[in-house]
Amino acid sequence: MSNQLIINRDIVDNRWTRVVPDAEGGVSVPSEGAILVPYQYWLGHRDELAGREVAICFAPDDEPESLPVDANTFAMIACDFPVFTDGRGFSIGRLLRVRYGFTGELRAVGDVFKDTLNYLARCGFTAFEVRADKDINEAIKGIDDFTEFYQSSVDVPNPLFLRRPVTA
Amino acid sequence: MYIYDDYDQKIVDQRVAQYRDQTRRYLAGELTDDEFRPLRLQNGLYIQRLAPMLRVAIPYGHLRSAQVRKLAELARKYDKGYVHFTTRQNVQYNWPALENVPEMLAELATVQMHGIQTSGACIRNTTSDQFAGVAHDEIVDPRPWCEIIRQWSTFHPEFAHLPRKFKIAVNGAAEDRAAVLVHDIGINVKLNAAGEVGFEIYVGGGLGRTPMIGDLIKPWLEPKHLLTYLNAVLRVYNRYGRRDNKYKARIKILVKAMTPEAFAAKVEQEWAFEKDGPQTLTDAEIARNHRFFTAPAYETLPADDAEFVAAKAANPAFARWVERNVFAHKVPGYAAVTLSLKKTGVPPGDATDAQLDDVANLADRFSFGEVRVSHGQNLILADVKQSQLFALWEEAKRIGFATPNIGLLTDVICCPGGDFCALANAKSIPVAQAIQERFDNLDYLFDLGEIDVNMSGCINACGHHHVGNIGVLGVDKNNAEYYQITLGGRQGADAKIGKVIGPSFAQEEMPDVMSKIIDVFVANREGEERFIDVFDRIGAEPFKAKVYEGKPIRKEKADV
Repeated sequence: MSNQLIINRDIVDNRWTRVVPDAEGGVSVPSEGAILVPYQYWLGHRDELAGREVAICFAPDDEPESLPVDANTFAMIACDFPVFTDGRGFSIGRLLRVRYGFTGELRAVGDVFKDTLNYLARCGFTAFEVRADKDINEAIKGIDDFTEFYQSSVDVPNPLFLRRPVTA
Repeated sequence: MYIYDDYDQKIVDQRVAQYRDQTRRYLAGELTDDEFRPLRLQNGLYIQRLAPMLRVAIPYGHLRSAQVRKLAELARKYDKGYVHFTTRQNVQYNWPALENVPEMLAELATVQMHGIQTSGACIRNTTSDQFAGVAHDEIVDPRPWCEIIRQWSTFHPEFAHLPRKFKIAVNGAAEDRAAVLVHDIGINVKLNAAGEVGFEIYVGGGLGRTPMIGDLIKPWLEPKHLLTYLNAVLRVYNRYGRRDNKYKARIKILVKAMTPEAFAAKVEQEWAFEKDGPQTLTDAEIARNHRFFTAPAYETLPADDAEFVAAKAANPAFARWVERNVFAHKVPGYAAVTLSLKKTGVPPGDATDAQLDDVANLADRFSFGEVRVSHGQNLILADVKQSQLFALWEEAKRIGFATPNIGLLTDVICCPGGDFCALANAKSIPVAQAIQERFDNLDYLFDLGEIDVNMSGCINACGHHHVGNIGVLGVDKNNAEYYQITLGGRQGADAKIGKVIGPSFAQEEMPDVMSKIIDVFVANREGEERFIDVFDRIGAEPFKAKVYEGKPIRKEKADV
């Protein structure tokens, strides 16, 4: 896994260790440092993780509606895109930002590369863990593939029709 | 017509640049096949049986003559000199080189056209009535609403990777010519007793492997809430639509699994958070979109042009064309004309570059420079003066677009099938042609009256065979091509899925099978009864008895 990622348009070192279940579903949590754990794991092990610097990672079928605490309890929340064509994480990101008022770092992990960054950014993602086999310097340019948009989005809440000069 | 401003143009231009870069990276090995596939599909580029295929959007079926000329130019320059118009109000190039597609898109962008979201698991081109704005039976012009939906759905970031493709149709007339009941979302634009506009929202219709009629989930939606409500529907689908099985991934499966009532309730719950948010339409925005669809400079004319009436009386061939291909207009003295792309011997929906140039000229001369595409795969000149119909007819004859068969048995709706499409199990074009050849006698065709024949080369149902009065579906049996018949389907406000009548037939049997079906119809017909009415009255049995007469009885699982 690459040790760098994009946060707020900068390429920086990744300080979080992502914990991913093994093939049997077992989870092995390192004893120290900031950890990013699956949301379901966190739900089941809240007490053990208390006091640790913890971030949660939503899988596509997790429901942010079920989060038992204020989303802003976390400094960072991630969404996993196991394949980039699974667009459920777009809705999760948008809900976290718009409905649950999450203001921290919203990170896309998994099958993340240049061609998904613009959509992700517009759904409220501010951090992108670009796949290790992809060029991160090339990928970052994808954020600006489009600079004008029709719809309401997280980064530009007003749709174009509220921004377009009214012509006679 | 909607005209791009700098914002619209910038969005399309940035897409061209993005796609050019994606193609470059693919060819350089920086994007894998699996990565590039969804990206190119969302730009309309398929890799087909023989070559790539590029699908270009024609939003709600509207084209300007300059755009038609550009389509012709690209057919000459990058393809084999023809295009194919589809049942989704799109146009397809069958032979572009993958390397040339970025340049083709750049050229299309110069006339405000593109391939955005014409394929892939995203919101597709919004379709509508080909007679929108001119139909004599129109209640509300659907086009401004189509345009509002077009903009909202273009590059919607949240819905870029849905479980499956997603199709929206909008109808504003008494008769439904947009097939709203067989779309993922179908919208009827209505007027209430107070004269206010509102929408009736159907969800979960569709054809393909599991054909279904949509359910009404919102009987009345105020216009300002259109986009926030659509957003709620799409979010429920994006999150809960099945992604484990592509055959169960369409919204219709979700709606039926949840029940339409529970689905509607879930949408309401979701909408409660969206309603009155920033995407709520303003009066100014609604008015802005309406300004693009105002009436052209119509002249004040008598309801019936004397020369036109005389020409009809004097020329039976002209009268026949008028009867089939000319549609009543809401403005006195005008008519909407359908140019038939269903001439016998030509693949349904195909047009050559020279024909396109001719059509563009006809549009300039006779119809305010505008051309439309119908989901029946024909072209329309929507605003022709009655006094010019005769001259138009003569020109249309010259270019081969005056076959007087709209709505008749040879006006076959037909997908490209196994000749071009990688998905197809069977060829459809040769079967359509064989049927057209069998029924090439115009007098006989006229006597038979309206019969919708729809053919698909595979279960994906691009030819909408389920809603044909006579539907033909190509199936594969042990690597041989066979054809299954459905009867009784129809589109429109009383849309219904046709029923399979029994085992399928070999290609060479098809013209005879068609003849037998027609014979049963003719033998049972009372007066001028339509095929579909006879079918409803006598049922499928007499048709089955005739087409399977003398055939060994074999069992076959219906594949619909």
